[in-house]
Amino acid sequence: MKLTKTLMASTALTVAAGMATADGHMANEMTIVSWGGAYSNSQQKAYHDPYMEKTGVNIINDSSSSEAVAKLRAMNEAGNVTWDVVDVVAADAIRLCDEGLAMEIDPDEMLAAAPDGTSAEDDFGDLLVSDCFIPQIVYSTTFGYRTDMVGDTPPTSVCAVFDTEAYPGKRALEKNPINNMEWALLCDGVAKDEVYDVLETEEGQQQALDKLATIKDDVIWWSAGADTPQLLADGEIVMGSTYNGRLFSVIEEQNQPVAMLWDAQVFDLDGWIIPTGLSDERKARALDYIMFATDTQRLADQAKYISYGPARASSAPLVSTHADLGIDMAPHMPTDPENAKNTFLYNYEFWADYRDDIDAKFQAWLAQ
Amino acid sequence: MVALTPISRTPVSFYVPVVAAAGAFAGLLVGTAQGSSLLGIILGAALMAAVAYVLTQIIKEEKAGIWGLTALLAVAGFLMGGIAAALIGAAFGWFFGWFSFWLYEGRYRAKVAPYLTPRQVLWHFTFRVICGAILVFLITPILVVMPLSFNAEDFFTFTPEMLRFDPAGYSMKHYEDFFTNSDWQGALKNSIRIAPAATLLSVGFGTLAAIGLSQPHVPFRRAIMAILISPMIVPLIISAAGMYFFYSRIGLQGTYAGVVLAHAALGIPFVIITVTATLVGFDNSLTRAAANMGANPVTTFFRVQMPLILPGVISGGLFAFITSFDEVVVVLFVGSAGQKTLPWQMFTGLREQISPTILAVATILVIVSIALLTVVELLRRRSERLRGMSPS
Repeated sequence: MKLTKTLMASTALTVAAGMATADGHMANEMTIVSWGGAYSNSQQKAYHDPYMEKTGVNIINDSSSSEAVAKLRAMNEAGNVTWDVVDVVAADAIRLCDEGLAMEIDPDEMLAAAPDGTSAEDDFGDLLVSDCFIPQIVYSTTFGYRTDMVGDTPPTSVCAVFDTEAYPGKRALEKNPINNMEWALLCDGVAKDEVYDVLETEEGQQQALDKLATIKDDVIWWSAGADTPQLLADGEIVMGSTYNGRLFSVIEEQNQPVAMLWDAQVFDLDGWIIPTGLSDERKARALDYIMFATDTQRLADQAKYISYGPARASSAPLVSTHADLGIDMAPHMPTDPENAKNTFLYNYEFWADYRDDIDAKFQAWLAQ
Repeated sequence: MVALTPISRTPVSFYVPVVAAAGAFAGLLVGTAQGSSLLGIILGAALMAAVAYVLTQIIKEEKAGIWGLTALLAVAGFLMGGIAAALIGAAFGWFFGWFSFWLYEGRYRAKVAPYLTPRQVLWHFTFRVICGAILVFLITPILVVMPLSFNAEDFFTFTPEMLRFDPAGYSMKHYEDFFTNSDWQGALKNSIRIAPAATLLSVGFGTLAAIGLSQPHVPFRRAIMAILISPMIVPLIISAAGMYFFYSRIGLQGTYAGVVLAHAALGIPFVIITVTATLVGFDNSLTRAAANMGANPVTTFFRVQMPLILPGVISGGLFAFITSFDEVVVVLFVGSAGQKTLPWQMFTGLREQISPTILAVATILVIVSIALLTVVELLRRRSERLRGMSPS
C-alpha cells in the first residue's frame, strides 16, 4: 500500500520535526505578561523593540495580566514560574507582594535615576504604593458617551449615568463594585471626601447598591476593557465606563462619534512586578529589563502610542505627539489640568480591606 | 417529479390565513429589528393577508403578480433602509407572491401522496420547515462572520457604509493584519506545528489500543477502554488543571512536547472509538490466513488489516486533528506564551481587544476546513473507485 507507506513516512517526519524544534531556544528569552491590545502594542514599541535591539534578548508577550494573581499562585504552588516580568494594576501588586509572590524592589538600587540626577525614589514619589511595585503609568477609569445620542445637552457630570430620563438608553458599567460604588454614592449626595467613610458601613454599601438599582435594568455589565468601545461603536449604549486609553483610541484613531466625560474620573496605577522564584540568571535579566524600560525617556515614549500618563515626574515634560496621528498628547492625558478638574483617587487601603466583602455583596445583588 | 395528486384551487378561507401566519412570522423578524415585535406581527399578518387576496382574486396573473410584489417590496425596503433592506424586501416579495399562488392553486398538494389527511400534509411541510430552520440556525452565525471580516473599521459592527454596499466600507486590512502581525503568524505556526504531531501520536496509539482492545483474550477490556476514553468525558477544565500540576513537576509544562502530549491524550479517545467501530466489521480469519501464508504480525497488520480499517483511522485522525487545532482550555494551562496557538490568540484577542482580525482568521479557517473535508472526501471516492467499490 502506497498510501500506508506515505502515511508512515510523514508520521516519522512530522514527529521528528516537532521534537527537533521544541525547546531549542530557551536560553535568551523572557516572557513578559501584559494586558494585550493597544496597551501591549504601546509597550512593544516603547520598551520591547528597543530592548531587544539593544540586548538581543527575545521577548515573548503573554496577555494574561487579568488573571495574573491566580496564575502566579498556581505557578508558585507547582514550583514552575514561567513569567519573568508581569504588568499588573497597583491593587494586584499589593496583593502579590503581601503573599510573597512578587519580589521586593529597592528603587534607588534597581531603577534608573532621572537625567537631572533626581533619585528614582523621589522621581516616582507617592506612586510607589508597594515595595514590590514599579509604577509605569497613571490611567483613569472614566466615561465616554455617543455624541449623536445625547441631543443638544451633552453630559458634563458623572451623575448623567444615573439620569435615565435626560439620557435614555443603555449604559455600560464594569461588573465589579470598584468605582461603581463610589460613583453611586457621589450621585446620591455624598460628599467626595466622605465617600469611603460611608462605604465602610453596611448602610453605606446598601445605599450605593440602591442607587445602582435605579438603573440596573439599563446597564450592560462589562468585564473586558474592549467591551465598552465595541458597544459604543455599535450604538448599543449611550455611555459607558472604561479605561481612558481605550476611549482615546475609539475617538482619535477610529473616529467614532464618541466624547470623553472626564468628570469624577478615577485615577489608578499600573506597573511592573517581578515574580519570586526566578533563577539568578532570569532574575538578572528581568532586573536589567526593568531598569531599561522604566527610565525617564522610555516612560515618556510610551505616551506616543497611548494616552496614559507616565508615572515619573521627570517624564511629563518629554511627552510629545502621537506617533501616527501627530496630535499633541498632553490634552488627552488623564492628568491634564483641564481633564483633572474633578478626580477621584482609587483608595488602595480601603479596597484591600473591603474588597472580598463588598465583592460578594455586589455579585449577590447582581444575581437578584 | 410527476404530480401524484390531482390539484384544485383552494378557498380563500384556507390560504389567506396561512399566508397571514407566514406574514406574521416575517413581521416578527422585521419588527424585532425595528424595535417593536408586536406591531411587526400585526402589520405583517395584515399586509400579507391583503397581498394574498389581492394577488389571487384581483390581479390573477401569477408572473406579473409575483414580480410586481417583488419590485414593490424592494422599493419599500430601499426607502426604509437602503440597498440591503431592498434586497431583503425583494426576497420577501418574491416569496410571498410565490407562496400565495402556490397555496391558491393547490400546488402544494401535487407532490404529496394522495391518501394523506390534511393533518399529515401539514406535518409533511412543517417537518421540512423545521429542518430548514435548523440548518439556517446552524449556518447563519458562520455566514454573518464572513462579511464582517471585511469591515473597514475595527469593530464587530455593520457600518452604514457596509449596508449601502459602499466599497469604502470594506477593506482587506484585517486579512493583512493576520498575515503581517507577528502575534498571529506565531500562533499559526504553533498550531501547524502542534496539531499534526498530536494527531499522529493519537492515531498511532489510538489505533494500537483499539486493535488490542478488540482481541477477546485481553483482560479488563472494558475498564481499560473506560480509562482511555475518560479525557472525552471528564470536564476539560479538570483534565487541564491536573495536567498543569503534573506536567509542571516533570518539567513538561510550557514546552512543545507537553502541549503535543496533552493534545494527543485528548485525541486518542476519538481514534479508539472510530477504529473500534470499523474493527467490528473486520474478519479475523483474514489475519489467520495471512499468518498461514507466512506473513509475520507486522506485515499482516500493514498489508491486510490497516488498508481495511483505514477509513476509521483517517476519520479518527481528522477528529483528533480538529480537537488539537480548536483546543483552548488545555493549552492555556499546559502551554506558555511561546506555545500560543490560534485558538488561544483568538481567545485573548476577543477578551482584550475585539478586533475583526479574529473574524478574518475564522473565515480563513472555515474555508480551510471546507477544503480539507472536500479533499478527504474526494480521496475516499477515488480509492473506492480504484478498488472497484464505487459508491452507490
